[in-house]
Amino acid sequence: MATQLLAACPMHRTHRVTMSVAPRLLTAIASLSLIGLFFLPLWRVQLVAPQYPEGLGMRIGISSVRGATPNDLDNINGLNHYIGMQRISADAIPELRIMPWIVVLLIAGGLAAAVVGRRRVLYAWCLGFFTFGAAGLADFWRWEYDYGHNLDFEHAIIKIPGMNYQPPLIGVKQLLNFTAVSWPDIGGWIAFVALALALAAVVIVMRSHGQGRCPLHGAHHA
Amino acid sequence: MSLSRITRSTVFCAAILTLGVSGYACAPSGKGASTTNLVAGDAASRVYVAPGSYDEYYSFLSGGFSGQVTVYGLPSGRLFKQIPVFSQFPQTGYGYSEETKAMLATTFGQVPWDDSHHTELSLTDGVPDGRWLFINANNTPRIARIDLKRFETVEILQIPNAAGGHASPFATPDTKYVVSATRFSVPIPQADVPIASYKQNFKGTLTFVTANQPGKMDVAFQIMMPGYDYDLGHAGKGPSDGWFFFTTYNSEQANTKLEVNASQADKDYIAAVNYRKAEQCIADGKAKKFGGSYVHNVVDPKTGVASSETKTGVTMLYPADCDGLVYYLPTPKSPHGVDIDPSGEYIVAGGKLATVIPVHSFTKMLKAIADKQFEKTIDGIPVLKYEAVIAGEVQKPGLGPLHTEFDGRGNAYTSMFISSEVVKWKLGTWEVLDRIPVYYSVGHIMIPGGDSRKPYGKYLLALDKITKDRYLPTGPEGSRSAQLIDISGDKMKMLLDFPTMGEPHYAQAVPASMLQPTSVKFEKLSENGNPFVTMAESDGGITRHGKRVDVKMIAIRSHFAPDILEGIQVGDTVYFHVTNIEQDWNIAHGFAVFGANNSGLTLPPGETRTLKWIPQAPAVYPFYCTDFCSALHQEMQGYVRVSPAGSNVALMANTSHTAQTAALGAEVKLNGAKHVVSATGLR
Repeated sequence: MATQLLAACPMHRTHRVTMSVAPRLLTAIASLSLIGLFFLPLWRVQLVAPQYPEGLGMRIGISSVRGATPNDLDNINGLNHYIGMQRISADAIPELRIMPWIVVLLIAGGLAAAVVGRRRVLYAWCLGFFTFGAAGLADFWRWEYDYGHNLDFEHAIIKIPGMNYQPPLIGVKQLLNFTAVSWPDIGGWIAFVALALALAAVVIVMRSHGQGRCPLHGAHHA
Repeated sequence: MSLSRITRSTVFCAAILTLGVSGYACAPSGKGASTTNLVAGDAASRVYVAPGSYDEYYSFLSGGFSGQVTVYGLPSGRLFKQIPVFSQFPQTGYGYSEETKAMLATTFGQVPWDDSHHTELSLTDGVPDGRWLFINANNTPRIARIDLKRFETVEILQIPNAAGGHASPFATPDTKYVVSATRFSVPIPQADVPIASYKQNFKGTLTFVTANQPGKMDVAFQIMMPGYDYDLGHAGKGPSDGWFFFTTYNSEQANTKLEVNASQADKDYIAAVNYRKAEQCIADGKAKKFGGSYVHNVVDPKTGVASSETKTGVTMLYPADCDGLVYYLPTPKSPHGVDIDPSGEYIVAGGKLATVIPVHSFTKMLKAIADKQFEKTIDGIPVLKYEAVIAGEVQKPGLGPLHTEFDGRGNAYTSMFISSEVVKWKLGTWEVLDRIPVYYSVGHIMIPGGDSRKPYGKYLLALDKITKDRYLPTGPEGSRSAQLIDISGDKMKMLLDFPTMGEPHYAQAVPASMLQPTSVKFEKLSENGNPFVTMAESDGGITRHGKRVDVKMIAIRSHFAPDILEGIQVGDTVYFHVTNIEQDWNIAHGFAVFGANNSGLTLPPGETRTLKWIPQAPAVYPFYCTDFCSALHQEMQGYVRVSPAGSNVALMANTSHTAQTAALGAEVKLNGAKHVVSATGLR
């Protein structure tokens, strides 16, 4: 979508080099709100079973995988030994060491776009942001797939042919006695809102730039 | 029904005749019973706590001859827990495990049982604060502290120079002190004297124990009293704050057939003790050093291990040396309970053989003291004139008044043992407002907060001594019954009847909201300071020091590690230190060894418990988890091989099933992490 945006608003239509205040402000707000990602989890996986009415939870952040309470992750790992799942540990996921730096780059890039006020910088930043988000979700799914399928069948206590334990990316799924619910957490919502603000800034810029003839505006809403 | 009522009336009349209380009609109980016997129409819905819902109150019932405390929910009457205190409790290993054995240490050695009487919640500003519950042991006088975050006994202090610690462990409004008084006067210090020399040689003591700091209970001071039987007590509050009141009977000083010989005098006494005066006299150097040994047992909060310390000597006060320390208030007749109303003005006595309920006025008492309205002086204790201190008498309340609680709306409720009823009466006017039969022969009654400055006057729990036909019979030995009564309206309404454990004497209760949020779900393993804790699966093992063998072991769903032990010999003493490394709510394990002359262990999550075992013969002994912990609980087992003394079987412990078959130096994948098998376990 972002590439379409750029393609649809080619540079030769540029009449004004710098952007107006509104998109610059939106870009700055979007960038700064990403600071919240360092403190707030992106995603939450909640597990509820008959004997776990209080539930067990995981919180996935840009640099961490934590339990909803201090012991939830250990307890999830303890239960997972019955099905031969690998131990879930932030140390085993190298992406969690890279992600904070990418977010730093995104914040810096967004602020730069706001300060510089050039359309092309904004478009490039917005594209980068979108790509990072999409790649992050895809990578999260890939890890879920790995944990859910790559089981130690040799030592697993419970073996059910054809069964995998991949939790959903978004939504609800029954995994034996546990109902797994996966959903964006506050950090995730912040990222979505920031992306929406970024796109809004792009749309405003394109509309003002293309005197409302930019077809992308429509594409964005389609 | 009518037949049983007639039978009961007959029993009461017979009881009255036996007691020689003449000229008293059976009418009050009969009349009251016939009008209030019906259970309130909405009783079922009032006590129904739907599955998954919670009770309004936690109540703590003493266990009497069980030596323990039971925790019930009100209004449902559901039993939540039995907290072991003064008696060994094989169900959990309390008093058997190495960590808890010391809790039962006394100067008489290990005392495995006692008779626990009165539960008492810690108070702040005269109101229960939910920090601790205290309970006394009557037989070998002791006071225990129960931590209400963990619902476990954490401290026990023996009371020296005492016998029959009955008037205990009532607390001052700030919990600065809890008290204990001798129900059985004895020679103090103890001596080999003729029992007939009672009047010369036997004394009573009132003991004040510092209680506000956990782990630091100690005898602050004792007061040497005439050789009567000191029965119950309660602290003053509000205007009477700083005073403590104890009932006495056997002021006749009989030493045999007390049933008759201690029931001669028309009046015995309530001892009013000014404990601030006691502090002053001690500061002024008027106290004497006195002998007496006692044992203090404390669970170290860091290690979870109990240890004992023997202490010697107390500070003793003699009333004759400390003017204004104690006064006697004449009180009819062989009084049992002494209860102070929420305002702190009225001192209500349960004169168990009296035909009235006498109520003293604190204001009048102070005036009588100021005016020196003394009848006589006994061992330096002025006896105030009855007329000078009495505020009023409740006329014809029923028979055998024992204990009184208050609803905070100006009403008092008194248990009537002989006429088997609870009587509601008005403070100030002393008129009887209502009565309700209870089944049968009620002892203590309890209104949540009903002995404090702020009663929660919604329910009253009657704790009965005789059960007979109330439940399906279970042979000659049955349970004691309790009845829950709604006291929120003008008329008392019977709501529920439920059996109890042991013989509850007194009870206490607080709103659930006071304790529910802070109840500990599991011990943090990282804070487990037990010297033999095993923090991780790979840390388990076996070590020998001469004839002593220590096994460090973890329990986690669904295995022990190690679970194979060899090299133990006949003649060894084996200590199994088992740590439940679960960090999850209510995930407990258990541990038991085939043929052990010991109890099993229950292992709450995060805790370490130690079982001592002296194997008697060469054999292979299975051990297993005794608490159905998980789907593979039945697989949670292991073996100990015991060889003859001097055998050359090497000492060994595997740390997991994987390690057992793997060669040294081999890499093992366990729970997703890689380990290397070493001689001592997985690295």
